[in-house]
Amino acid sequence: MDYPRIPDVRNAGRMFWEQAAEGRLVLPHCVPCNRAFWYPRWHCPHCGSAEVEWRTASGHGSVHTFTVVRRSEHPDFRGRVPYVVAMIDLDERVRIMSNVIGCAPEAVTIGMRVRCIVEHIDDQLGVPLFEPTREVT
Amino acid sequence: MRPCGEAAIVGASTSGIGWATDRNAIELMADASLHALKDAGLEATDVDGVFAVTPYHWMASVTLADHLGIQPSATDSTNIGGASAISLAGHALRAIALGQCEVALVAYGSTQRSDTGKLVTGAEALSFESPYGPQFPLSGYAMATQRHMFEFGTTREQLARVTVAASQWAALNPEALKREPVSVADVLASPLVSDPLCRLDICLVTNGAGAVVLAHRDRARSLRRQSVAVLGAGESHDHSYLSSMRSFVATAARDSSNVAYEMAGLGRQDMDFAQIYDAFTIMVPVGLEDLGFCHKGDGGPFVEHGIGPGSRLPVNTSGGGLRYCHPGMFGIFALIEGVRQLRGECGVRQVRDARTGAVHGFGGIFAGNATLVLGRDC
Repeated sequence: MDYPRIPDVRNAGRMFWEQAAEGRLVLPHCVPCNRAFWYPRWHCPHCGSAEVEWRTASGHGSVHTFTVVRRSEHPDFRGRVPYVVAMIDLDERVRIMSNVIGCAPEAVTIGMRVRCIVEHIDDQLGVPLFEPTREVT
Repeated sequence: MRPCGEAAIVGASTSGIGWATDRNAIELMADASLHALKDAGLEATDVDGVFAVTPYHWMASVTLADHLGIQPSATDSTNIGGASAISLAGHALRAIALGQCEVALVAYGSTQRSDTGKLVTGAEALSFESPYGPQFPLSGYAMATQRHMFEFGTTREQLARVTVAASQWAALNPEALKREPVSVADVLASPLVSDPLCRLDICLVTNGAGAVVLAHRDRARSLRRQSVAVLGAGESHDHSYLSSMRSFVATAARDSSNVAYEMAGLGRQDMDFAQIYDAFTIMVPVGLEDLGFCHKGDGGPFVEHGIGPGSRLPVNTSGGGLRYCHPGMFGIFALIEGVRQLRGECGVRQVRDARTGAVHGFGGIFAGNATLVLGRDC
């Protein structure tokens, strides 16, 4: 089963996509726990507090694991194959899903350092993606 | 109260395992149910507990009971993905132990092959994953495989041996849909679908239904059929979405199996076989690790040493989801194979002197977990 490219913003994560359109990677941060969490919720999944605020992240991380999607019949994604779906360990100690772009899929490795870049959906929404921090062959 | 030994499986049947059917999912499930009841020497009028799930029905136990003309005093349609039938058998054990019902039907059915030729699932998207184009559940198991290879040095060849062993078992199972031999080279040469998984690392897409009948031990004793005791049952989940996985290589199967072993008063060393949900090859080494058959990370070498016919621990003796059948949620079929082995009716694939066995289901991406410990004597 495949899901659409356009983010659903009717939930606690609207800011994630709106701030991306401004070129910023932001994460929900629990004030009492003093740490980021993922994915966005109105309450912290660790302590239950509703004292949650958005903070700008460094935009740096490393590839925890990944796969290369080789085949797709999805209208939003079939034109993109092969593309890399990856879990990114952000330096803020949360792990998010994204795509790694800017290099051949075969060049992606676990542990590779990556940095955030934004793909714009429209004026309102952007999708944070990642590219290798250093040039790879 | 210890439900251990309170209930036994007294009947089991599959129905419509194949590539084409002119029946719908509820009809296949009803057919499997009636055959399982006949196998037990019971009729639909004896059933007072209905436990069912499908990818189509939002209240499957209610729909199945309607179809069979049953008004149950215990009902459960809990869906935890492919592990559901295995968890539902545990729920049926609990309901029988509590006196809520005496004869329980656990059933599943799907016509996904005839519907779309692809997995039919109601799995919902996480808003923070869908824009990146993951394919459910393929991408998740591919990423788990990649991470297992990275952390433990698990090789593609070791993973291919899961499919090779499955093909050896399937060759011995007249009900299996893919009975031709498969070599390591065949697996590695099959088309790359989602790195590092190739076509032959991935389960079949078939139709099929299955059902088992559980009865209170007193009722079970009154029946002629060789019964199989449900000695232990455990279930757990520690995430739903990939973004919430604490680990891509360790699962809550550890927790569900610990509960099941403890309830049974047995350990993994007592298991004569294991049926471990194998929609993707990686699920077998990870399942073997988390069910305690080897240390974390040693699943690859364990598989390499052999899980096929004649091995020390026979695994997925039906041919599994990889080669027997995979109608979307394999749990009921892993359970039925466990029952068949303990009834000693498996012919050339029979595990000699099988007295106890473990059955484990995974649902979602290593998300839903359910373990049963079954024993030959009630």
